[in-house]
Parts: sequence; C-alpha cells; structure tokens
Amino acid sequence: MKHTLTPQRYLILLAVTLSAPLGDALLTRGMRQIGTVDLHHLGLLWQALFNPYIDAGILLLIGFFASYMTALSWADLTFLMPATAFGYVVLALVSRFWLHEPLSGYRWAGILLIVCAVGFVANGPSLTEHPELNRMDSGAAR
Amino acid sequence: MMVHASDLRAWSSILVVAALAIAGECLIAAAMRRLGDLDDIRARSGLKGAIRAVLTSPVFLAGATCMALNFFALLFTLSAVDLSLAGPASASLTYVGNAVAAKLFLHENVDRRRWMAALCVCVGVYLISK
Repeated sequence: MKHTLTPQRYLILLAVTLSAPLGDALLTRGMRQIGTVDLHHLGLLWQALFNPYIDAGILLLIGFFASYMTALSWADLTFLMPATAFGYVVLALVSRFWLHEPLSGYRWAGILLIVCAVGFVANGPSLTEHPELNRMDSGAAR
Repeated sequence: MMVHASDLRAWSSILVVAALAIAGECLIAAAMRRLGDLDDIRARSGLKGAIRAVLTSPVFLAGATCMALNFFALLFTLSAVDLSLAGPASASLTYVGNAVAAKLFLHENVDRRRWMAALCVCVGVYLISK
C-alpha cells in the first residue's frame, strides 16, 4: 500500500466531507421556505428551483459527486468511507449551531466514534497497490 | 421467538437497499480505479475528456444504475418502515458491507485499522441517528 496524499488531495477530501452535509442543510433550509410539496402542489417543485438556498444546495451536491469520483480514482473505497461518514458529524454540528436543534448524549457519542474512525485511517496508506493494474497502465502508456 | 411478516418485509427491504448501495459503490470505485487518476486525464484531455471517460465507462454506468435503483428502493422502504429504523440500519449495513465487498471484489488491503474504522462508523451512524 502507498500513501500518496498531496495538499491538493487533502482539499478534495475536505470537499467530499463538507459539500454533502452543507448541500443537504441548504436544501432543508430552502424547502422549509418553499413549504410542503404534495401531489396537488407539484408546481412548488418548479418554484423551488428559483430559491437561492436550493440552487446553492444543488451546486454543492454536484460538487460532492465530482470530488467523490476524483477521490475514488486515487484512493481506496475503505479509505474514503470514514471521510464520507464524517459528513454526519458536520450535519449534526450544523443542525446544532445553525438550525438550533438539540444534540443528545447519544449523538455526541456517535460523533466521537466517527471522529475516531477518521483518525484510524487518516494516517494510514490511501491506496492498495495492484501490480497487474500497474502493468496494464504502463502497457497502455507505451 | 415469533418473527412477524411485517418485520420480515421491513428487514428484507432494508437489506435490498444496503445491497444495492454496496453494489453501486463498489462498481463505481472499480470503474474509477480502471480509469486511473482523474487529475491526469484532465491534464491530458481537459475537463470534457475526463467527463467523457467517466460517462462512457460501462462499469460506471452499471454502478450509477445500482445507485438509482437504491434511491427508489429506499423510497419504497420508507413507505413501509420508519425512517428512524430504515436510515441508520441501511447506512450501518452499507458501511460494513462495503468493507467486506472492497476486500473480496476490489482486493483492497482492509487491515485491522480499516476494520476498526468501519465498525466505529457503523456504531457512530447508529448513535447519531437515535
């Protein structure tokens, strides 16, 4: 296994971690402004597209997908899992401090465990070496 | 111990949601591994070339299809099962299942440190959802 994280790659991991929960929080805030959507009021979905919070949320979720794809091209899935799970921690903290929702003891314990999980893998290697894939790559390069 | 039909249906649908998520994530990870570093592709062929390389990969398309089916399976599950059960149960199963599938199919070196991380995430997600 090798450890190949440059500062730019750490920034991509940060984007993976932050963009999904912040996007979800913005969508929540936007949809609270729009109101409840049901079968008789489907037009509200069209209206939602012109809400700045919804637009920002959609942009962040597109950014999440792009950064996640990029990260998967140079890191193992099991290396990235705690990074994506850290989004739950960000979401809980955003709920507590931005949306002013209460955080129970269980949730603080959950946050602590996910932080531990990130700590377990953060200092380890990011990618498993596959000699046969490397041979294919060097063959393709020739 | 009696197992109710509704419990069986709830857990079956949660398992289907988790299985589709695991299949989707593993297929997408396999596709990205085959393509190689996206930063290099973007440097060689530009952003359009990188997007084209991803979207024309059959393995990626199979993974994306699984993720789309996962979304509809989750909607179906939520129509019958409480979010407080379906959300944490499917997320936790997906994290542990991903670690097993990554070892078996992607041949990742899932060492003790990564197993511990997967278990911590699994329990952590359950506690956060409580």
